[in-house]
Amino acid sequence: MNGNDSLSRQLNRVERGALVAGLLCAAVCAVAGWFDTTQFFRSYLVAYLFWIGLPLGCLVIVMIHHLAGGRWGFGVRRLLEAGTRTLLLMAVLFVPLLFGLQSLYVWARPEAVAASEMLRHKQPYLNVPFFIVRAAIYFAVWLGLAWRLDRAAADQDRAPSLDVTRRLTALGGGGLVAYGLTMSFAAFDWAMSLEPEWFSTVYGVLLMTGQVLGGFALVIIVAAALAKQKPLADAVSAQQFHDLGNFMFTFVIFWAYISFAQYLIIWAGNLPEENSWYLRRFEGGWSGVGIFLMVFHFFAPFFLLLSRDIKRRPGRLAAVAVGVLAVCVVDLFWIVKPAFDRSRFSVHWMDVVALLGIGGLWVAAFVGQLKGRSLVPVHDARVEEEFQWT
Amino acid sequence: MNLTTKPSLHGLLAEFESADSVLAAARSAYADGYRKMEAYSPFPVEGLDEAVGLHHSRLPLIVLMGGIAGGLTGFGMECFAAMYHYPINVGGRPLFSWPAFIPVTFELTVLFAAISAVLGMLALNGLPKPYHPLFNVERFVLHGHDRFFLCIEATDPKFDGEETKKFLERLLPKGVYEVEP
Repeated sequence: MNGNDSLSRQLNRVERGALVAGLLCAAVCAVAGWFDTTQFFRSYLVAYLFWIGLPLGCLVIVMIHHLAGGRWGFGVRRLLEAGTRTLLLMAVLFVPLLFGLQSLYVWARPEAVAASEMLRHKQPYLNVPFFIVRAAIYFAVWLGLAWRLDRAAADQDRAPSLDVTRRLTALGGGGLVAYGLTMSFAAFDWAMSLEPEWFSTVYGVLLMTGQVLGGFALVIIVAAALAKQKPLADAVSAQQFHDLGNFMFTFVIFWAYISFAQYLIIWAGNLPEENSWYLRRFEGGWSGVGIFLMVFHFFAPFFLLLSRDIKRRPGRLAAVAVGVLAVCVVDLFWIVKPAFDRSRFSVHWMDVVALLGIGGLWVAAFVGQLKGRSLVPVHDARVEEEFQWT
Repeated sequence: MNLTTKPSLHGLLAEFESADSVLAAARSAYADGYRKMEAYSPFPVEGLDEAVGLHHSRLPLIVLMGGIAGGLTGFGMECFAAMYHYPINVGGRPLFSWPAFIPVTFELTVLFAAISAVLGMLALNGLPKPYHPLFNVERFVLHGHDRFFLCIEATDPKFDGEETKKFLERLLPKGVYEVEP
């Protein structure tokens, strides 16, 4: 019991610290936003896209585990589920964006639409009421999935039941399809439509890859921090970290694959309406960010994660995961920001504060959810089958 | 004394009935100082490779080298063909159009890495091996069925016919057999 007391004290400390920092940064952002509304919404959008990626990434990983099983996931499933329960907070934090649609998106300004033939043609899809309806649908699907998964997992904690396990498997399969569709369109709506003249069908997959990668990085960091103490120390061993490290490795490669596939196709076609997106990201210092991403979003983690020693040592693996999370922010920044600052690369101080503000609130919510349940699943019908050879 | 008249041994083979007991036996043999040993089981037993002292294999390094060699070959081949051997203007692109070289670079990286994994594995474990002394022990065929074996080989510096046999018998095996070379 002593160990658990010190654990919950630590969690309380992290929760309070994150909450204070988050509220402080959010307040600074709100005040600054009063004076510079445009910059506020730009910074807020990038920060929001990063932080909503974590709970959605967690949701995907939980569903993959329910569908496919495997020893890698039981020890960290409660951490992932705590992540999915923060989706409600992210749904609330989406609301401020609705007040900035005109400032963020060209297609939301009637005079710009009237002036552009192409925007007029896209108006049946790209208009404010439909945008809001679609966002409501995405959140309904995600919150519904998170709620159903959570309720079934709570049932499982109370009593072992094969029925619940079967229900979770079916939910995982259907949920992954639903996520793929909704998140793809959410990526088109929230980020790709910033440059409405441009389109790429793989854009949604690119953002989803970032989310799942972020989810794995997050769970590695949290598991490494908690694995020093019970109860997680018994559930997560070097083998589990090895598996999670391999997943992170896979998604680093998948990110590179998708990013390069999009680039190669546009480069080979070399059509003006497609290559404008990359041309904008090759000038005024943005190309440096692109090269940074090639090196630190792919080559560096790729070669580090080849090492079995790094993957089996929680501390080292968590250090790599922190780096991966940081580079995920840079990636979103590179994808979204050039749409606004057409001339050159720059970081506004509000970009950083918005990231910390939403981040503080999210971390506080996440830790709050972690405390609510037992940290390891107790009664999964598959657990015993999976652990019999360890 | 007896040993001098007999042909020298390949090693001593102990038979066990469960994965746990062969795992425990391998661990205590390793703790006792034996290094040249090999375990045989009908299915992969987690932790057994480490228990017999197989901590690091050189195979990952061989595969990495193969992959790097493949990547360099692919990229170099493309550069040579497109820039020097047969330069062609394609849609006004520069001769060094690296994005177009990446698919071949990737494919050759995978191909070379895969081939070096297979060849490296064969080279390191000495396969194919048409003759292996272990099959001189009749009961050894059961390692593909439901029995687990631990063989301490005679090349081990600590190996001593009588001593090692006594040691293995203390581990409570189903039986200990001498393996003719």
